[in-house]
Amino acid sequence: MSLLLEAEQVTFQRSGADVFVPLDLRLKAGQVIVIRGDNGAGKTTLLRLLAGILATSAGTLKMHADPVFVGHLPAVKSDLSCRENLDYERRLGASGTSIAEALIQVGLAGLGARPARALSAGQKKRLGLARLLVRKAPVWLLDEPYASLDTTGCARVDALLTKHAAQGGAVVLSTHQQLPALETEVTHLTVESAQHRGTVDG
Amino acid sequence: MASSNRPRPFLALLKRDLKLSIRRSGETLLPLFFLFAVIVLIPLGVGPGPNLLSLMAPGMIWVAALLASLLALDQLFRSDLDDGTLEQWFVGQSSGYAQLFARLISHWLITAIPVIVFSPLAAVMLHLRLEALPVLVITLLIGTPALTLIGSLAAALTLTTRGGAGGLLPILVFPLVVPLLIFATGAVSLATEGIDPNAHLGLLLAFTILNVSLAPFAIRAALKMNLE
Repeated sequence: MSLLLEAEQVTFQRSGADVFVPLDLRLKAGQVIVIRGDNGAGKTTLLRLLAGILATSAGTLKMHADPVFVGHLPAVKSDLSCRENLDYERRLGASGTSIAEALIQVGLAGLGARPARALSAGQKKRLGLARLLVRKAPVWLLDEPYASLDTTGCARVDALLTKHAAQGGAVVLSTHQQLPALETEVTHLTVESAQHRGTVDG
Repeated sequence: MASSNRPRPFLALLKRDLKLSIRRSGETLLPLFFLFAVIVLIPLGVGPGPNLLSLMAPGMIWVAALLASLLALDQLFRSDLDDGTLEQWFVGQSSGYAQLFARLISHWLITAIPVIVFSPLAAVMLHLRLEALPVLVITLLIGTPALTLIGSLAAALTLTTRGGAGGLLPILVFPLVVPLLIFATGAVSLATEGIDPNAHLGLLLAFTILNVSLAPFAIRAALKMNLE
């Protein structure tokens, strides 16, 4: 199995202190890793670190494939329509499925011309997830993909994750509410806040 | 694979930014409205004598252009920070420079080009001597990119300051644009007196080149710092 993302003893320092206990992560094709941890343990920080938005303060991070990151913020422009938002995303790199197909798969069929500002929080989240489909990137980094989604929305996310893993992609996602009901094997990784343990030696 | 995709974010973001600015044309044209408000109001304040106005014209047009450019700065990166599109610039192997240059160029096209295009009209309204008109346009063409870069640096630095960049941003910008103002208005004043303004234009160009070569590094660093 090819290795897509490799992290060794990585952590991130904020104001001179480690945010979470340094950890290892090896993401292979077809794998789904679920990051667990208490509120404030550093799940979001870890995902932003893996995405490359934050620079590691210690350890090594090697990206062997293009990631797409969907964070708490949906990263869509509210003045643009759903279709225009996805069209922009599609031009960023190797393109995946068509825009219409992506909208159908996240349950936004027929809303392509609607400006993103007129979407509900859950629909915005779905549009954010549709960004994953129009890009052809093997690594998905998802921060709380189930947040503000209804039951059918969550089921759709599960289906997307299963399909992506089956096609040789890989996913790292964080959640604290429910465990994804996936048909593929799921690896768990717990993020521990470094604050409770005092300063961790490098 | 990553290297062959590199020019794509640049064009994609440039296209999206221009589309967004057309959609928000009221906001986009605000600097131009501001420029003309100043040009129309100042003669009412100081009296409409052509001699006085033509003497003041280079300075007034440049000061108005400078203040007008401040208006649009606050939203330069903030809306992208708020909706999460800013952090996407740095995802994966992307250094963010392609997106940053696209943003800087689109901002210059949107805010500076209308001012440059309409500056001859403003100059005529202030009785600026016609032989100085080309020099005024040249100073704006050379000087406004530096204005955009300095303003962008200040906007990036103050991105997450509490209470917005309202007070801090002009304080950061003003000292840095003083050389720009001196050489630009100096060049136009010399041209009105019939003296060759090339020395001033050269210094103005040098100032802009200095900004173009250094500011992008600082702006990117400031943006990344604000994402932490």
